[in-house]
Amino acid sequence: MHPAPSVIIFTTFSGLGFGLLAWLGFDASPAKGWAAFWWFLIAFGFACGGLISSTFHLGHPERALKAFTQWRTSWLSREGVCAVAALFVMGLYAAALIFFDTHIPHLGWIGALLSLGTVFTTSMIYAQLETIPRWNTPLTSLLYLSYAITGGALLSGRVTIALILLLITTAVQLLWWKQGDSAFADSGSTLGTATGLGDRGEVRSMAHPHTSPNYLMREFIHVIGRKHAQKLRIISLGLMAVLPVILLLLPFTHVFALLAVLSHIAGVATSRWLFFAEAEHTVGLYYGMR
Amino acid sequence: MTSLPTSTEKKLGLVIDLDTCVGCHACVISCKGWNTENYGAPLSDQRPYGEEPMGTFLNRVHSYEVQAEGQSAQTVHFPKSCLHCENAPCVTVCPTGASYKRAEDGIVLVNEQDCIGCGLCAWACPYGARELDQEEGVMKKCTLCVDRIYNENLPEVDRTPACVRTCPAGARHFGDFADPDSNVSKLTAERGGMDLMPELGTAPVNKYLPPRPKDSWDDESILAPFLEPVADEAKGLLGWIDKQLSRLPGDSKEEV
Ligand code: SF4
Ligand code: SF4
Ligand code: SF4
Repeated sequence: MHPAPSVIIFTTFSGLGFGLLAWLGFDASPAKGWAAFWWFLIAFGFACGGLISSTFHLGHPERALKAFTQWRTSWLSREGVCAVAALFVMGLYAAALIFFDTHIPHLGWIGALLSLGTVFTTSMIYAQLETIPRWNTPLTSLLYLSYAITGGALLSGRVTIALILLLITTAVQLLWWKQGDSAFADSGSTLGTATGLGDRGEVRSMAHPHTSPNYLMREFIHVIGRKHAQKLRIISLGLMAVLPVILLLLPFTHVFALLAVLSHIAGVATSRWLFFAEAEHTVGLYYGMR
Repeated sequence: MTSLPTSTEKKLGLVIDLDTCVGCHACVISCKGWNTENYGAPLSDQRPYGEEPMGTFLNRVHSYEVQAEGQSAQTVHFPKSCLHCENAPCVTVCPTGASYKRAEDGIVLVNEQDCIGCGLCAWACPYGARELDQEEGVMKKCTLCVDRIYNENLPEVDRTPACVRTCPAGARHFGDFADPDSNVSKLTAERGGMDLMPELGTAPVNKYLPPRPKDSWDDESILAPFLEPVADEAKGLLGWIDKQLSRLPGDSKEEV
């Protein structure tokens, strides 16, 4: 799949933003007044910034409101509904904390659950697609949720929990990569099944229908970036988990904490780039490519 | 809108004959021609005369080579357009309701006024049957020429999809698969019509007829005994000419 920057920015930052909102919502003794303002500013900034960036790849963003209508069948629609509900409830919760010095725990819990629901619905947009075997697994939801919860813990300064979660997320990521690497082969789709000619012998693509790449090839076949996939996986884990863990284990300073967060974000973005670049769509089969 | 109908009255679709298709791309051109000036936004081209030209097409023809172990390779031209799946994943993923499958005839369409161009339906289609128009920012796909097949302004002979009407080899057939006596149902039954990627459970309506087996050199013809040479040596006048010609220089050496 084409790793479009808008989608990578969207999944990275909205994941972190809603992860942070979830922690803020569940917090039993949250900050109030100005202190609360800064936390919520970061969380809303990330969540909304991500959502806004996701509209950049739309052909007609001005019709985006229509995307809230089909929540009965469409995960993308559900994500929109869930995101708006989460932002609304967390907005009320934040306003109570910031302006009225009032903590309404139940509102926080609802908002936190909706925030995690948003991350889950995002993950389902990808996990539902049988056309992309690497994504078509419940592990994809686990992956997105672990990243969001871990990032939220790190951003909200919960050092001990973040340390444990970074290790768990690393394990989930490794597991996801491992199962993903054989997913296409396991799915059983080949050029043979795609053309129905497989039982007559080996099928090879002899001539494409067009002389230069079209929308389908640009969108679904991304071969160049995969060359460095293994190196990028190591870099991604290093930035996402290893460096933050080291920085958090050192004696606490704000500089180290900030560096840990920045490194984590860069690592998540790298992982998301790989999420798209490494994903192979069944359309590639028709072009004799993956 | 994006829930699929539980069943459709008719199942309109195409049969594509991989044995007959000669790979001329006439259906590609007639499809583009009809659909660029009828249903919905025109089908744009990018850099049509420049480097790396690109454009929106609703129908494309691939060419494949199939080779069984120890046999010679066979070329198969492979037209591909929307298969109007019964279990269309492209419809259910659509967040706006722009994509829908008609309950009356099973045609899968995009309402372009509602489409936000998110591209998710193209991601969900296993076959690459949907293309996002780069100029209009809306999703384009085969309409099964819905604006021809019911069009009373056209002569009856033209009330069939443009690609079917154009195909010089008669490799494309249009009809109702819900009717067991229709031309397409019969062709499918007779020739073993196949689904593409059946493992994905999309239940395509369109069917592909496999290429018929080719003649092989190994099968002895029943006429073979009558084709045995009846004489090895030339006699009479021809024999004399043969001898005289053989005397002249310039003959190939092995013959003598
Ligand atoms: S071929 Fe693709 S676009 Fe057409 S109905 Fe099936 S899934 Fe949808
Ligand atoms: S591109 Fe248009 S038709 Fe396709 S899923 Fe998005 S809104 Fe629906
Ligand atoms: S039925 Fe019409 S729209 Fe579909 S491939 Fe044929 S000509 Fe194109």
